[in-house]
Amino acid sequence: MIDEPFASGSTLFHKRDTRVKLVGAAAISLVLALCSSFLVAVTGCIITAMMLILSKPDLKLVSKRIIGVNIFTFFIWLTLPLTYGGSETLTFSMFNLSMDGIRLAALITVKTNGIFFCILALLATSTTASLGHGLEKLGFPKKLCFLLLFSYRQLFVINQEYHRLLRAAKLRGFSPANTMHTYRTYSHLFGMTLVKSWNRAERVHQAMLLRGFNGRLIPLNQSPPGKADYFFLIIMLLISLFLAGLSLFCYNSL
Amino acid sequence: MTSDQPLLELRNLSYSLPGKNSRLLDTVNFRISNERIGLIGPNGCGKTTLFQIIMGLLKASEGEVLLEGKTMTGEKDFRMLRSKLGFLFQDSDDQLFSPTVLEDVAFGPLNHGATPDEARTLSIRTLEQLGLNGFEDRITHRLSGGEKKLVALATILSMRPKLLLLDEPSNNLDPATRERLINILRGLDQAHIIISHDLDFLASTCTRLYTIQDRQLIRCKQKQVHSHEHIHPYGDQPHQHGT
Repeated sequence: MIDEPFASGSTLFHKRDTRVKLVGAAAISLVLALCSSFLVAVTGCIITAMMLILSKPDLKLVSKRIIGVNIFTFFIWLTLPLTYGGSETLTFSMFNLSMDGIRLAALITVKTNGIFFCILALLATSTTASLGHGLEKLGFPKKLCFLLLFSYRQLFVINQEYHRLLRAAKLRGFSPANTMHTYRTYSHLFGMTLVKSWNRAERVHQAMLLRGFNGRLIPLNQSPPGKADYFFLIIMLLISLFLAGLSLFCYNSL
Repeated sequence: MTSDQPLLELRNLSYSLPGKNSRLLDTVNFRISNERIGLIGPNGCGKTTLFQIIMGLLKASEGEVLLEGKTMTGEKDFRMLRSKLGFLFQDSDDQLFSPTVLEDVAFGPLNHGATPDEARTLSIRTLEQLGLNGFEDRITHRLSGGEKKLVALATILSMRPKLLLLDEPSNNLDPATRERLINILRGLDQAHIIISHDLDFLASTCTRLYTIQDRQLIRCKQKQVHSHEHIHPYGDQPHQHGT
């Protein structure tokens, strides 16, 4: 089952309007992504980490996801110091490590984690469904939002279909091993999952037709953002402005 | 028949499965106005197919479907028909596709031109009518089987159909939910046709029974009186027979 473990809760982050959170997340992560100084990246990372703590997530899950994200940055650490070049080098036996490369890898790591905290605090606290509708309200193309909502819904279906088949195989004594039989079984499972999901998608389409669907998804009204939401938005924008200003200051003082 | 012009009429309807010569349904004639009809028959005899033809999801090889005396010809006609007939699928998972219950129940009314506010009010009222108060924001795919069935019924009732086509609604329901569904169906004003293998369920919700036999839709006799022997020892005690 694909879950949305961060979406349930009642902190101030969960209660805010999705549109406000989307705008806030976009503003903060844009500034963080574009900044080139350590000071800004570290400050931003600390601020977003505080936001994440305020949204009271399950710490075990958060650390799991942090590890997931940092697998990507690990590869940057693996390559950049060796390949970046530059005049300053550190020498370890046969390796020459570029100082600039190390700096860049560190900057990317801090930025990545900062943006990641921001997304967890602001976006993961909404359900995918409300994110889809929020994007639509913000004026994103209706077709894209429709696609997001339906891919999400269909992922569940495909996932369930697959696990049902896998369970059936396990119940008949299937245990994966490095044999032709295993690979054949998996290919049958994948093929069957596709076929079954296709059939189900067709039935869902029929169900939609029966209820008068003609290609346009009409959203139910969401309540407009309240005072608290606007206040929250202002704080988010102030944070990103502060980071942007700090970034400019650092850039000029170089 | 209560009036001259039935709500729904099938005239000489025939259907063959694609790629097969033999017919699944052969010159079926049927009329319904405000009756409550049960439809039983073995698996694969064409019950669900009949529903799909009525709703315009499948095209009959011959014959016609008439709604209030008007022959349904193209997709446009069937679009109109679908706003008046509600079809409850065998598998509720096929029917619920919106993220939340409220969105799913409001989907039909919104498509048929209700404003978001009207659709919301109508949907909440429909949910309340089915005893599903407070279900609005529940996630559809996390509901239990029984809840899914009731929500799926709500998504259809919110369109205020004149006739309900229910395909095996009591399947896989626990006794309490089954009882609840029976009470709901008995309390509705609409006519309905129910496909089921559950004779007790049909007896409590329908006034007439039909079956498909030899590719024909046949009305069952009101009562079957027959004598039989008991091979179990308590035949002289009052007892229920399995269906």
